[in-house]
Amino acid sequence: MSKIRVLVGTKKGAFILTADGQRKTWKVSGPHFAGWEIYHVKGSLADPNRIYASQTSGWFGQIIQRSDDGGRTWNTPGSSPEELKGPEGFPKGESNKFVYDGKAGTHKWYDGTQHPWEFKRVWHIEPSLTNPDTAYAGVEDAAIFKTTDGGKTWQELPGLRGAKGHLWQPGAGGMAVHTILLDPKNAKRIYVAISAGGCFRTDDGGKTWKPITRGLKSQFELPDPDAEVGHCVHRIALHPSRPDVLFMQKHWDVLRTDNAGERWTEVSGNLPTDFGFPIDVHAHEPETIFVVPIKSDSEHYPPDGKLRVYRSQTGGNEWEPLTKGLPQKDCYVNVLRDAMAVDTLDKCGVYFGTTGGQVYCSANGGNSWNAIVRDLPAVYSVEVQTLR
Amino acid sequence: MIRVVLPFHLRNLARVNGEVLLEVAAPVTVRSVLDALEARYPVLRGTLRDHDTLKRRPFVRFFACKEDLSLDPPDAPLPEEIVNGAEPFLIVGAMAGG
Repeated sequence: MSKIRVLVGTKKGAFILTADGQRKTWKVSGPHFAGWEIYHVKGSLADPNRIYASQTSGWFGQIIQRSDDGGRTWNTPGSSPEELKGPEGFPKGESNKFVYDGKAGTHKWYDGTQHPWEFKRVWHIEPSLTNPDTAYAGVEDAAIFKTTDGGKTWQELPGLRGAKGHLWQPGAGGMAVHTILLDPKNAKRIYVAISAGGCFRTDDGGKTWKPITRGLKSQFELPDPDAEVGHCVHRIALHPSRPDVLFMQKHWDVLRTDNAGERWTEVSGNLPTDFGFPIDVHAHEPETIFVVPIKSDSEHYPPDGKLRVYRSQTGGNEWEPLTKGLPQKDCYVNVLRDAMAVDTLDKCGVYFGTTGGQVYCSANGGNSWNAIVRDLPAVYSVEVQTLR
Repeated sequence: MIRVVLPFHLRNLARVNGEVLLEVAAPVTVRSVLDALEARYPVLRGTLRDHDTLKRRPFVRFFACKEDLSLDPPDAPLPEEIVNGAEPFLIVGAMAGG
């Protein structure tokens, strides 16, 4: 019998929601790390019991947590009872240590001057597709780090900031690597998205990176709408069967590329607004994608107070609103960039969380929705594990 | 023994209840107390001061004997009441409302 585990990061802790394959009756576990901001929680495909969590605080900084038993117990890497018995002895407290490689350098600041890179927090953890001890961390100020020892230590892949990092600039939400996509067909290829740096690709495992922004236009955000870097990319997504096809929710505009980012084309089509944060792809239909239109960058809530997921079954341009089970009046929540995910059951489940603390599930590809929980703290991230 | 009181979240992180008792060689300073604390509880490294520069994190405060010592030099001697254990060394998360 299949089982679903939904990993939810919120402003005040992590929650784990579990159900059987019917996805009707849910158990809620949490809050884990109560009172801390949990930016992201994600499990390993190679070992579903291995889960990483980014725990952060404006007071006390960054903590990485790891579970090796599916979220029942957690330890900072290097400090679990089993690890303390090993030859490495006493933990060194380095699982929390994110130090930029070499001289940190500078990036563009709000006033146009150059500003030193300063580590703030981990926004996103992307476990390797094949090795549970390897994972990537997207951080603020924008950079990518890698661990190969289960999170005990982290090293920067500095080539990313070498891709014109001095021209990247924070938006109102900071400057962070928030999306990391690993190409399941090419272990050397990784995509990242940065607000507000743009979209980048490596083809050599992270040594060198190049901007992949041709076709993006940011006429309201950048003095040069066609600039190579600086675009506020909110989220990118791919289907594992076609990793050269990417979909993007930019600050404004929804786009796609069919050649690994060499050229992007706008596919906003008939969306009521093409501002938004998350975008995701159906587990079994690579041309079916989901977005949540938000009224504008000045009003971070759904148009007309109606929470609507929009689905395109044509890879963009032609969109339909999905409303059944979602509030259609007086709804003024937002859905953040990392707060949508899909499961891989035969009837693909789609999930998203809101800043109002609801986590919604559709067990039928978006046709209808139910709230799993309604009163969590503001939801930062949603990830799903399909356990067979 | 030096008595150290951690804020709620760091007590949970370090999995301690109540005060932490530390042996700290003279001279007892903020730096030497934090060094001893982090040696005992490595998970606290980076939570009170920066990993690299060892500068105090902005919203972490150090109180002792009803004084805020946060802005004092980290190598300044702590009051005798802290050294002899009559008073605890308080590590506090700065106030935040909302």
